[in-house]
Amino acid sequence: MEGGDKYSYFPGCTSHSTAVEYDLSTKAVLKALGVELVEIEDWNCCGAAAVHSTNKLLSLCLPARNIAMAQKNDLELVVPCAGCFNMLKRSERVLKTDPDARREIESIVDFTYREDLKIRALIDIVVNGISFDRIEERVQKPLTGIKVACYYGCALVRHPKVTQLDEPENPQYLDTLMAALGATPVDWSFKTDCCGADLALTHGDVVVKLVNKVVGMAHEAGAQCLVCSCGLCQMNLEMRQDINTLGLPVFYFTELMGVAFGLKGNNWWAKHVINPSTLLVSLNLR
Amino acid sequence: MREPSMGIEPSEGKKGRSFIEEVQERSGENIRLCYQCLKCTAGCPTAPYMDFNPNAIVRMIQWGLKQEVLESKAIWLCVSCEACGTRCPNDIDIGLLMDTLREMSLDEGYQAREKGIVTLHNAFMESIRRGGRVHEATMMVEYKLRSGDYWTDLVSGVKLFMKGKFPLLPRRIKGMNSIREIYRKAQKKVDKGG
Repeated sequence: MEGGDKYSYFPGCTSHSTAVEYDLSTKAVLKALGVELVEIEDWNCCGAAAVHSTNKLLSLCLPARNIAMAQKNDLELVVPCAGCFNMLKRSERVLKTDPDARREIESIVDFTYREDLKIRALIDIVVNGISFDRIEERVQKPLTGIKVACYYGCALVRHPKVTQLDEPENPQYLDTLMAALGATPVDWSFKTDCCGADLALTHGDVVVKLVNKVVGMAHEAGAQCLVCSCGLCQMNLEMRQDINTLGLPVFYFTELMGVAFGLKGNNWWAKHVINPSTLLVSLNLR
Repeated sequence: MREPSMGIEPSEGKKGRSFIEEVQERSGENIRLCYQCLKCTAGCPTAPYMDFNPNAIVRMIQWGLKQEVLESKAIWLCVSCEACGTRCPNDIDIGLLMDTLREMSLDEGYQAREKGIVTLHNAFMESIRRGGRVHEATMMVEYKLRSGDYWTDLVSGVKLFMKGKFPLLPRRIKGMNSIREIYRKAQKKVDKGG
């Protein structure tokens, strides 16, 4: 089950709703790179915070059903949303390290776990699975002049024993990709600070403060926008920031790949709460 | 909060000891290793809004303050970002520990001090149980009805709806039987808290 030009794909619930532009841009960009995605059959919700906060066993079993479905495809599994990725990796870790729990999960989900299934974040596939030569070759419109703050948030890189991805305190994957596309990633100190999305509906006042700290710091570092890889982060950072004093658009990294690849005819920007068209036009990128 | 004794193990007896043992068994974390370096609290985004900081929660478990811990706001305000667990010099996964404490609090019928969060979790879990995936629109309606908080975020919700990000009709996955079966077997109680 080695990496190649074909991967299993777990879109996650937000791909049909709040992060629809992440799903659309992911598919468009990978197609442009000649990478095929095979959506896993009849996938279900990873459970997210609601489930791991209240029922550990259920939080391991719901992702395990997706692992069971992915095993049928016999391909590496790619997950764009950092939140879903984290839940799938948590379940995978327990399946790999705790034989008693594994038996219980296998019995509840009614499957046999195979350790050779690789579960990887989309950004990991893009940076480490598809060669940079291929990406740079595809760039038609280098993102020259755009200063981006790469925001990794929490779920992509932590806990590192679970995610096993990049450097947890100062990750580089998004920065390296953005530089390869011609953009200028800024150095800043809030790239892995949590945006608090889990509390957005119940404690909006707290989350507004967390979001403005993150976006404010990106602004102070000279960034014109943020780039992320999580459906919850993107929505939270755009919706809860002070639009009057900050107003920084938040891109999915796949959207900026699409801009650099010169992909036409997308309606991703209309889906944003902060429309990035003005910024792109000002930089002659649209 | 009552005054704790100076030692790590509570002198007042069995009850306190059994709490730390129960927490350790359920979480798999060695709570006794904590020497209060405060790294967890220093990196915690929601600590300023908690009634007890994360390091205090760990100490309170060592002291056996079961009710105070399981009825704290802190365990619910934790956003599981794992800055704490990643940085802990003693490898205590405090994020996972918070999950254990929340689950214990619900299982044992403690009063959740952050009712809204528990209500939201329940609405989310029910949404998955109904369709296999979360359906935001019906989940939000359920949360709003159960919490009585009708107006917050209404404008944002309408904005997202206008952008086609809130599909109105819920869809079900095919394997609903397996989802129901997973819920039935994994859920010890049908309706916890909230």
